[in-house]
Amino acid sequence: MSGSVLEIKNLHVSIEDKEILKGVNLTIKGGEFHAIMGPNGTGKSTLASAIMGHPKYEVTEGSITLDGEDVLEMEVDERARAGLFLAMQYPSEISGVTTSDFLRSAINARREEGDEISLMKFIKELDKDLEYLEIDQNMATRYLNEGFSGGEKKRNEILQLMQLKPEIAILDEIDSGLDIDALKVVSKGINKMRGEDFGCLIITHYQRLLNYITPDFVHVMMQGRVVKSGGPELAKRLEAEGYEWIKEELGIEDETVEQNA
Amino acid sequence: MAVETKLPFDKEYIEQFSNTLNEPNWMRSLRLQALEQAETLEMPKPDKTKITRWNFSDFKHEYTTGETIPSLQELPDVLKDYFDQDNLPENLLIQRNHTVAYAALKDELKDKGVIFTDIFTAMKEHSDLVEQYFMNNAVSVDQNRLTALHAALVNGGAFIYVPKNVEIEEPLQVVFWQEDPELALVNHVIVVADENSKLTYVENYVSSNVEEQTVANIVEEVFAHNNAKISYGAVDNFAEGTTSYVNRRGVAYDNATIDWALGQMNEGNTVSENITHLIGNGSTSKANAVTVGRGTQIQNFTANIVQHGKGTDGFILQRGVMKEKATTIFNAIGKIEHGGSGSNSEQESRVLMLSADARGDANPILLIEEDDVTAGHAASVGRVDPLQMYYLMSRGLKKEEAERLVIHGFLAPVVSQLPIESVKKQLTQVIERKVY
Repeated sequence: MSGSVLEIKNLHVSIEDKEILKGVNLTIKGGEFHAIMGPNGTGKSTLASAIMGHPKYEVTEGSITLDGEDVLEMEVDERARAGLFLAMQYPSEISGVTTSDFLRSAINARREEGDEISLMKFIKELDKDLEYLEIDQNMATRYLNEGFSGGEKKRNEILQLMQLKPEIAILDEIDSGLDIDALKVVSKGINKMRGEDFGCLIITHYQRLLNYITPDFVHVMMQGRVVKSGGPELAKRLEAEGYEWIKEELGIEDETVEQNA
Repeated sequence: MAVETKLPFDKEYIEQFSNTLNEPNWMRSLRLQALEQAETLEMPKPDKTKITRWNFSDFKHEYTTGETIPSLQELPDVLKDYFDQDNLPENLLIQRNHTVAYAALKDELKDKGVIFTDIFTAMKEHSDLVEQYFMNNAVSVDQNRLTALHAALVNGGAFIYVPKNVEIEEPLQVVFWQEDPELALVNHVIVVADENSKLTYVENYVSSNVEEQTVANIVEEVFAHNNAKISYGAVDNFAEGTTSYVNRRGVAYDNATIDWALGQMNEGNTVSENITHLIGNGSTSKANAVTVGRGTQIQNFTANIVQHGKGTDGFILQRGVMKEKATTIFNAIGKIEHGGSGSNSEQESRVLMLSADARGDANPILLIEEDDVTAGHAASVGRVDPLQMYYLMSRGLKKEEAERLVIHGFLAPVVSQLPIESVKKQLTQVIERKVY
């Protein structure tokens, strides 16, 4: 079976009655890595949150479908079980719940009752991924994200990605706050997911992540829309020349939507 | 409804009850004197909860025996969940109604002079020792009408004594099972750790009366002598028909420790006070308590650590989950007396509300009469964080499962303190049952 298709059409999203996204069109297929770039405040994270169903964001127009199914009709957990995953920029801290208990619950949530993952198999796979991501074993027994450093939280998000194996993943500024070593490890984890059945949308405003993860498509967001798309060469040009040339080309003066998102 | 002030039991009844148990004279006179005091004393007045209309005086009390339990492999169904069949306790007392149904204590501990028995046997075999501790230095008979009534009507309990320099690693466990649905349990527990000793005690209160109305009037007195360490766990699980008054009191002397982990899971109305006096220098106490309120039950929990000695440490942690129309008041009081220099007092009370109709209140109070001390408190009453729910659900967890994780996580700091694994598991099960 080849991968899933996430299709975003004319997406308009508001937060507290303020429109942030003003008609986003984007299609991500299994096997493809897309990068969304753009300066701060142009709506990148809003797109990620709207796809996953963050309670504060309201979709006012447009559609999101996954393999033809209406994602906007689904609850957050249904979206996840349908195959979506969002590595969050600011993951919540869940006191009193260990990372491993949580992960096991999340894995089992995708499986039929009576077909739960065996403890042995779970531990084996968890240990394998912990090692791959160079994460200390004791993270599994620590409470989820509680007291984690910025870097630990990001690694934990990628650990979850590897454990849950979604069809389509959205990575929201997974590179922010990472030193170069951590960035390499996180990239290694993401690259390991590459395959026909896995599509990925990488949101970043630094090009440096893309030195480690080569995208197939690069999109630039400004003013709540995708204003330019291209291949990996677009990212290189952005690194060399910044965003000004795009603004000039398109006649944009203020690229933001007056909101830090 | 008028409040019944006349006591349901008279002097003759008490005398006869005491004679049936063949009690020492001191106990008989203590009962009779307490009965007199009960006539005039006032009911306890828990802060922010009115209990004047609660039933504390109408119940069945007469001496009622319970069948013995020949072996732990043949436990009655009600008790099965309380034990792990692969890891059965070696030191265990099961009280069924008013009699001992099962009793075991390792020979090694007997040889060391450890006393682990029901309160009436202790009164006969160790009369002086029991007399020394029974409502003398911790809970006084005349604290209020219910403590006096308690002294007059004690009909169950346990006595635990660990001699000097004896350290017990394995827990001592007692199950108080009120099998008769109408029977009141007036239970008295005394735990004494003599100098340089160490023990872990865990108790369970169990009943199944939903329709039948009765009362639990419980007084527990816990003494840690110099350098002694007591780890004290409890899971209270009286059914809906039982109105409970629970008075747990600790006294810690020099460098002694009393740590409480209380799972207060009653289904009926409950007033609970847990007061620890840190008398000695360098003594410490942690008072951890957890509750889940549901239905229309009203509960009031007071935890109070009174720090008399120098360099003492008192830490109160209360966590409650409220659903449906339940009401819970948490009072956490840290008091540092004059002279308690170099001491530290902390309180934290948090209530998680799962329903708009539930009521919860957390009142941390610091009373400090000394300069050179540190203290802090925190309290919160709140709902489940929608962003936590979003995060957990974004990984595929259904709403109920995500909420379940958040609730268990919220209660974990207290649950994890329970000293026996099987009791921890059992408390988790009770929480599960009460929350869903």
